[in-house]
Amino acid sequence: MLRIEALHKRYKTGDAALRGVSFSVASGEIIGLIGPSGAGKSTLIRCVNRLVEPTSGKIFLGDVELTALNKTALRQARRRIGMIFQEYALVERLTVMENVLSGRLGYTGFWASYFRRFPQADIERAFAVLERVGLLDHVDKRADALSGGQRQRVGIARALVQEPELLLVDEPTASLDPKTSRQVMRLITELCAERRLAAIVNIHDVALAQMFLPRIVGLRAGEIVYDGPASGLTPEVLTRIYGEEDWSKTSAASGDAADEEPAHAHGHHAHDHHHDRDMSAAVR
Amino acid sequence: MPVITTTAGQPVTWRLRTRAQQLAVWFGWLALVALTVFCWRVMTADTIWAFVEDAPRQAADIFGRMLPPRWSYANNLWLPLWDTLNIATLGTALAILLGTPLAFLAARNTTPSVMFVRPIALLIIVSSRSINSLIWGLLLVSVFGPGVFAGILAIALRSIGFIGKLLYEAIEEIDESQVEAIRATGASPAQVMAYGMVPQLLPTFATICVFRWDINIRESTVLGLVGAGGLGLALEASLNVLAWPQVTVILLMILATVLLSEWITARVRAAII
Amino acid sequence: MDAETLPVNAVPRTWRPPRMIETTWVRWAVTLAVLLYLVLAFGSVEVNWTRVIEGISRAGRLFAGFLTPDFVSRWEDIQLGMIESLTMTVTSTVAGIALSIPVALGAARNIAPMWLYGICRAIIALARTFQEVIIAIFFVAMFGFGPLAGFLTLSLATVGFLAKLLADDIEEIDPVQVEAIRATGASFWQVIDYAVSSQVKPRLIGLSLYRVDINFRESAVVGIVGAGGIGATLNTALDRYEFDSAAAILILIIAIVMACEYFSSFVRKWTQ
Repeated sequence: MLRIEALHKRYKTGDAALRGVSFSVASGEIIGLIGPSGAGKSTLIRCVNRLVEPTSGKIFLGDVELTALNKTALRQARRRIGMIFQEYALVERLTVMENVLSGRLGYTGFWASYFRRFPQADIERAFAVLERVGLLDHVDKRADALSGGQRQRVGIARALVQEPELLLVDEPTASLDPKTSRQVMRLITELCAERRLAAIVNIHDVALAQMFLPRIVGLRAGEIVYDGPASGLTPEVLTRIYGEEDWSKTSAASGDAADEEPAHAHGHHAHDHHHDRDMSAAVR
Repeated sequence: MPVITTTAGQPVTWRLRTRAQQLAVWFGWLALVALTVFCWRVMTADTIWAFVEDAPRQAADIFGRMLPPRWSYANNLWLPLWDTLNIATLGTALAILLGTPLAFLAARNTTPSVMFVRPIALLIIVSSRSINSLIWGLLLVSVFGPGVFAGILAIALRSIGFIGKLLYEAIEEIDESQVEAIRATGASPAQVMAYGMVPQLLPTFATICVFRWDINIRESTVLGLVGAGGLGLALEASLNVLAWPQVTVILLMILATVLLSEWITARVRAAII
Repeated sequence: MDAETLPVNAVPRTWRPPRMIETTWVRWAVTLAVLLYLVLAFGSVEVNWTRVIEGISRAGRLFAGFLTPDFVSRWEDIQLGMIESLTMTVTSTVAGIALSIPVALGAARNIAPMWLYGICRAIIALARTFQEVIIAIFFVAMFGFGPLAGFLTLSLATVGFLAKLLADDIEEIDPVQVEAIRATGASFWQVIDYAVSSQVKPRLIGLSLYRVDINFRESAVVGIVGAGGIGATLNTALDRYEFDSAAAILILIIAIVMACEYFSSFVRKWTQ
């Protein structure tokens, strides 16, 4: 469904963020993208909807070659790709409903959207997804009045209302506490299953990735160093992705039995050292 | 830069700056003083000091003549006051209409061309800002003749640069992730602007406009001195015939207007934030 | 919880976009008031269209003057005016800064005793109330024509501007640092030197540089009422409809302001 071939990205500063990345995602398949900060995770998913222009390589969504589209065609293709951001990236001074409806902008004319006159069908879609993510009570609140978990659910609703075929998810849990992180990950995976959505999830919390994502792609310095089931993340593999460290507590089987029970495990250090931001490295 | 010297037998010494740095600082101050003294000498070369010695007596004389104010003159001032308000308000409105698109052309992240359009927009902004509204008034009165029309244009031309500069700086400091999120939905460039940027800019924009309106009220009270309408016209007329008691009334009127506009501005700003 | 199992009409189906003013009648009242004002304002602006049309050809000449400015024929006057403006700028900025520092210290509530605070705030308010031109009119009446009146005007205006912003800044300094220095047994002036000045110095430098810029621009204005500077030259040129000389003066003003801005951004980087 999504096919990436020999993708390269070199920024103007000369940093090579991606060096020949190739993989494909089947319809309804969810992929976890892990790797250290600066490995190119953010760049990779931004190349898919061309928020970042790839230097070379091809990306196909179904039969459409995304990398060959002109501006108008690209906007139409973006309607099929929902995106969820690490710091929510909601328009903070707009209400929840306006934020969700902004997911329909690609289908709406400028003046209609300017006067907030969306088709009734879009408004019903928006209400339906807001109900699905459990935010019906907050429809007319301003986005900056919500808590972190609620904001991320608005972000999810905005992506869903596009009725996309593919979700690009960029560090959905980076600014959330462990309990909310799990709830958000669960919501995303459930939604993908319900709607048979394909998804690429950037995530730097290995334990969380293993818990929710069946297939893992490991990226290091712009190259894929692992592509396989989550159960295959042995200490050796993690060393290959992240470098030398004691991985015995984190890797597959032993899992994270210690912090398995989210309700009792709030904001402990297992989470803290993941708080660096991949973005800054990607846009540097 | 701290410098610590430890030579055997000698006590440890510490200086905030090295000798060379210290010298440079002293030299800088010396140059500034020399420049100031030089400028003062040049400036006052033609000053008639007898007039300066006479100044306190002149001051006492003027203030003596200014009192008591000729209160009845206030009735002649309502129309000029209305003109002053119009000059400031319509001038600000015109400047907003012209300055807002200019700001988008000047901001690095929204300009259609960094190479060509942006420098031109920046040049317009700096030219507008460099020239005081009174000078713009002088210019426009000489072009279009005296009157309120020249005043409105003068206020607008000065304010374009002000609004343009503050707004384009705000546009450049926008949170890009919100813009990116809207772009990712497949929105058109106009929609990206309306949904991703405008909501972020609105509070700053409103503050800038109200701020400039307040300044413009002050400036439009004196624009009449060069013939561009409003209270300044009455001031000029009264000064020409040395009608000091009327001058007092006009100055009090200006003071009241400025205080009122400051109060309105404070209220509006509180409402925005 | 699953959307498909719920009846569709359990979900609300209508949504009204949020409005700036929620109450309907207030919204209409505000709109009407604005419209009424605009009608009255435009109605009272008397535009003499024949003059405006005459003016357009003059505006064309002015614009042409910008493309072919004439620096030569009035060069003597321009030179004299520029020297007056520049010397006025330098002296008034220096004098203004020197005066505004003590006034600012006196006008900061966290440093000055109440009686001094009152006096200094009154000085600031007095200096800020009127436009520079109005003050210049009075100084010209008192001290006679010439740049000295302009110098006094701009110095006073500088005190009003700088002392207020600096005093507000001093009031917002971190009190912990002041406390820490005071706790060492430092005297009043030592506290000012170590705890206060170090905190407000970057802002003082920034504001002073900005004020150089403003003073130069204002020095062009005070000339209109006879307080010396390039404004008088410009006034004469425009009175005689010599638009190419006027354009030359304006270009010089713009160039000097740009140079000031460039210079101050350079100094700001250097002092940090």
